[in-house]
Amino acid sequence: MSALLAQVEIRDRSEDTCVSGNGFCPDWIADNFDRYVDPFFEHVLLTVVAMAIGFAIAFALALVAYRRRWLVNPITQVTGVLYTVPSIAAFFLLLPITGRGFVTATIALVAYSLLIIFRNVLAGLDNVPHETKDAGRGMGLTDRQLLWRVEVPLALPEILAGLRIAATTTVGLATLAFFAGAGGLGEQIFADINFKSNVVVAGGLAVLLAALLDAAILIAQRAITPWTRAVATP
Amino acid sequence: MDESGGHAVNDFVEAVKFIFDERESPAGGTQVGGLAELWELMWPHLKLSGASMAIACAIAIPLGLWLGHKRRGGFLAINASNVGRAIPSLALIAFFVAYVGVGFTNLTLALVLLAIPPILTNAYTGVSQVERDTVDAATGMGMTGKQVVRRVELPLALPLMFAGIRISAVNVVATATIAPLAGVTTLGDPIINVNTYGDEGRLAAAIVVALLAVATEVVLGMAQRVVTPRGLRVNRREAVT
Repeated sequence: MSALLAQVEIRDRSEDTCVSGNGFCPDWIADNFDRYVDPFFEHVLLTVVAMAIGFAIAFALALVAYRRRWLVNPITQVTGVLYTVPSIAAFFLLLPITGRGFVTATIALVAYSLLIIFRNVLAGLDNVPHETKDAGRGMGLTDRQLLWRVEVPLALPEILAGLRIAATTTVGLATLAFFAGAGGLGEQIFADINFKSNVVVAGGLAVLLAALLDAAILIAQRAITPWTRAVATP
Repeated sequence: MDESGGHAVNDFVEAVKFIFDERESPAGGTQVGGLAELWELMWPHLKLSGASMAIACAIAIPLGLWLGHKRRGGFLAINASNVGRAIPSLALIAFFVAYVGVGFTNLTLALVLLAIPPILTNAYTGVSQVERDTVDAATGMGMTGKQVVRRVELPLALPLMFAGIRISAVNVVATATIAPLAGVTTLGDPIINVNTYGDEGRLAAAIVVALLAVATEVVLGMAQRVVTPRGLRVNRREAVT
């Protein structure tokens, strides 16, 4: 187990002075970019799977708590503790139960994202104007129809805002997933933390992934909530 | 799922024993574990987190208050959090190790950068959401700009400001766990140098780090409630995480 955490030599330092001096070397990066491709997609998979499961659970919890208000406080407290426990600690706390690997990393990342998504979904639903709900009821919508046709769509901007926060945070925390044996870009950073080229490429890819996910959710939001920008055109 | 439930319980029992009793390192030679050693690891952990938080507060609170008071730089103050969130803490620390160097001072600087955005964003949001009418009333009573900040805007912004401090503090305490990568020995040492401390030492460190983060959250959460002006206690506002 310990061997996996040992520092790995990822380059031949003997020939190139830039590389042997731990420098930022565009040539080395161009020649070695391949080694970052698999960790990048591991990172994408970790993030996307954790987000999907986290969203499914937190959304369901928020729908339940929306109708049964007394559940809001206990759910906030439990997810709050899960949010507070540092992921790196969570990975090792889970290790004796779920073992090393993708499952353990995903559970810890999901646990972290629940509070963020839960709070935003609930806030979104709570902010739907009463008049709108009354109008819906007046049109003869049942509770279920009201929820899916009126309340959830109007809550989408806040729901997706929560998803954006959760996505960028999860990308960051997934850089620690290698401690749980789940790979990702963090493993590359850790493999040679003194080498500027390595740190910039692996760290840069993580930042890029966070930015891309953020932009993707923002674009999705614009596409599925056209009414939110209807005011903008003069 | 390759281990039975009995094993898992046993692992946790061993980890708790590690917290209280010394034993020989699996690498041989030295003694590891026990409360005295864990305190030796926790003290630099607290020192590092405390120093980083103190500096971050000294920078971000005045800046946030000033920007909020002037209602200027909102774009900067609000986006600080978004940008900060997008930079993984491991990447930030690795960047410092590679470009600035290892050691307590350099790592403190890295953690200061990590801690500033939530404090700045929440201090700014706290002040700028104080209603214009309230500020106008204060000015009409003859208060100077400084007095408005100190007696009106600051008290009203305190709950959110404290929420920002709480978010940063928990994050800094969590991130200080990977400090050994930057040459600073903290509670993360048993996690990263598992050869010296063994599996039970690593699990013990994870338990202590988790408890420390939860304790930080609880203590600062109580402090936040204490500083909240009584009139504001009814409607709690959400902080920017």
